[in-house]
Amino acid sequence: MSWRLWLPFLLFFGFAGLAAYQLSQPKDDTIKSTMVGKELPYFTLPPASLERPGVDSRYFYEGEPKLLNIWASWCLPCIAEAAQLEQLKDEGVEIVGVAIRDEPTDVMRFLTQHGNPYTRIGRDDLSEVQLAIGSSGVPETFVIDGKGVITYQHVGDIRHEHVPMLLEELRKAGR
Amino acid sequence: MIAELGLAALWLAAALAVLQLVGGALALRGGTESELAALTRPAAVLQGGLVALSFAMLLWVFAITDLSVKLVAMNSHSAKPLIFKLSGAWGNHEGSMLLWVTVMALAGALIAGIERRLPERTMQATLAAQGFVALGFYAFLLLSSNPFERLPQPAAEGLGLNPLLQDIGLAFHPPTLYIGYVGLSVAFSFAVGALITREVTPAFARAMRPWILGAWVFLTLGLVAGSYWAYYELGWGGYWFWDPVENAALMPWLAATALLHSAGVLASRDALRVWTIMLGVVAFSMSMLGTFLVRSGVLTSVHAFAVDPERGSFILLLLTLYIGGALLLFALRAGAISEGERFSVASREGALVVNNVMLSAILAVVLLGTLYPLLTEAFDVRVSVGPPYFNPVGAIFAFPMLAVMAVGPLLRWRRDSWGRISKELALVAAMLLAGIVLFAVLGEIALLPLLGLAFAVALAVASFLPLKGRRLKRVPIATWGMITAHFGIAVMLFGMASEGAFSQERLAALEEGGTTSVGPWAVRLEAVEPVAGPNWTALAGRLTVRHRDGDPQAIAPQSRNFWAPPQQTTESVLVTRWNGQLYAVMGGSSTDGRWQVRLWWKPFVTLIWYGGLLIALGGVLALVGRVRSDLKHRYISRRITERREERETA
Repeated sequence: MSWRLWLPFLLFFGFAGLAAYQLSQPKDDTIKSTMVGKELPYFTLPPASLERPGVDSRYFYEGEPKLLNIWASWCLPCIAEAAQLEQLKDEGVEIVGVAIRDEPTDVMRFLTQHGNPYTRIGRDDLSEVQLAIGSSGVPETFVIDGKGVITYQHVGDIRHEHVPMLLEELRKAGR
Repeated sequence: MIAELGLAALWLAAALAVLQLVGGALALRGGTESELAALTRPAAVLQGGLVALSFAMLLWVFAITDLSVKLVAMNSHSAKPLIFKLSGAWGNHEGSMLLWVTVMALAGALIAGIERRLPERTMQATLAAQGFVALGFYAFLLLSSNPFERLPQPAAEGLGLNPLLQDIGLAFHPPTLYIGYVGLSVAFSFAVGALITREVTPAFARAMRPWILGAWVFLTLGLVAGSYWAYYELGWGGYWFWDPVENAALMPWLAATALLHSAGVLASRDALRVWTIMLGVVAFSMSMLGTFLVRSGVLTSVHAFAVDPERGSFILLLLTLYIGGALLLFALRAGAISEGERFSVASREGALVVNNVMLSAILAVVLLGTLYPLLTEAFDVRVSVGPPYFNPVGAIFAFPMLAVMAVGPLLRWRRDSWGRISKELALVAAMLLAGIVLFAVLGEIALLPLLGLAFAVALAVASFLPLKGRRLKRVPIATWGMITAHFGIAVMLFGMASEGAFSQERLAALEEGGTTSVGPWAVRLEAVEPVAGPNWTALAGRLTVRHRDGDPQAIAPQSRNFWAPPQQTTESVLVTRWNGQLYAVMGGSSTDGRWQVRLWWKPFVTLIWYGGLLIALGGVLALVGRVRSDLKHRYISRRITERREERETA
């Protein structure tokens, strides 16, 4: 009897064990950024609208913790989260926007229609900054502490129930 | 009442599967004269009838949109065209599993009904194995995926079928693929039966071969149809994405192709015994593995529908029982199967062994790439494996295989010399070199498409070389089958390589009246108009397209919105010429009143699917040839016994 005849059997059980382990793991389909806990990469973005200045990553290295909101005028969930961003602004949170693959006229139209909670809006035409901070879609919102470190990532639109949670994350980041 | 009838038939069929298992097992222990053993074949046949009845009942409740049945309410809608009501029956988890057992039971009924060439002991073992495998799937259906479950309150209206699935190509793609997938269960049962009785003979391979061929033809057609569906319905312009679900269908095909060739060696030359048994087990194991990957959600896939970890655990249990069991049996018994005939490297068998090794290597490459994310995720690393891995790594084994495929059929069985076919070898090599030089001069083409084009040309010529020096009328049908299938591979390869080498893409934002161009085509957007369908509304772009100086043609790709369930799909339009396809997709509107139009010009892309059809046709010819010569043999041997009896009585 050759030991080689047992190889297929052993390989299969290796697979079955792995599959069983994976099945027992909770399935999480959101792709978390590996940048959470790390410092923002260096970037500068030109302004995306006439009303607000552009964004420089050094801006995050001083002052209060801020929210970095990845959005776009062509993104429907971004309309849905506009009210919640306004609410956060009213709580005194500073929100910096990065508009992904957008045109200034579209950005202006969006802001007049749905409100402008941003202090600054950078224009990221090639998703460079988006990719650099590990965001895989719009909208996404990052909590950045006063030293430029990403402390939290929220994937998807901000719903009503997420507002207190984000405030809590900002508090943890030193606000 | 209809639904209950279907469910009852399913329970009865499961009971008959138990009888089939017990009868077969008793026959093995107590000899084939046991009374229960006499029931094995009838049990298999009756079981096939009952499951077919059950499936017919499912079609019935879908046809009349019986909304008190949960599955109908979840997957159908009264406003759907009849054909999509019917296809909705298998466009979901429960229905497709019922289709699975239906095919399996019908295949079991067929072997029980007509297969009489093998020793009865092997047949009993085979039928017992088939019953055992079927039993697991009955249990799965009845215990965790009952397709006939009623709702406490009939629903007012159904939720509808996923619009992407409301397509005529997809109405036929799953049944075709399933017949292929599950048809391989017969080869699996044969292999297990032969392992149990240790009778691995050429007669065994001859009995198994038509089943492999049949399943392989359906698998080929299913893959071709699925690939074409993805190409025109998803609107991405690609025909293969190396998605886990596509791989799940490709892997059984690769294993079945290898099995087909090694069974040929076993049937003709009594060699490769253990290897053929191994492939018989592997082929259907790949089918089951594919089902597991698609249904359990362990891998993230764009296709993964009906994902449910609990069902995943159930299928994994079945997998462990059947694949694990068969491989355990293999490990224990394969050593006892004596070695077959020997042969030299330069021989038909030698070439077929290389073919088998290469096909198995490609299978391993695809399997590894598909399961790799499963492995890394255990260490919390997320990766996605795609074309940059599959294409080049697969090509490492595919090109040597194609080379052997070109010259292998020219070699004689058992022992031959390269010198005897040196002229043909030189011709094929010259074609290959000429192809590489010609296409390299033609333009800047990446390495893989360049090699693909050159190999396609060389293989196309080489596939007809076995006809050299033979009277065409006397060439057996099965040989025509081989030639057609090998030529089909060349045609398909040319289409793929051409698509990779020469495709042009244009993404334009056009105003009404705006023009653009792609490759040799001039395109003009005339207008954008709303269109209403039975369960959708759409925006159709009226485009006028013109190939060089040809006549202008009007086409209207649509962007469709379905309302039950709400979902957007693209209806691309293809303009087919003899030398390629123009592919037009309508995108959304930009805010400034312009419309996104996406265009591709894909030279010779249609050859991919024509090639696929040729491959399947080759399989059909081979099947017809084998079955005909089997029948002839049977007729002759019957005549001989009749004569002998006549002489004895006289």
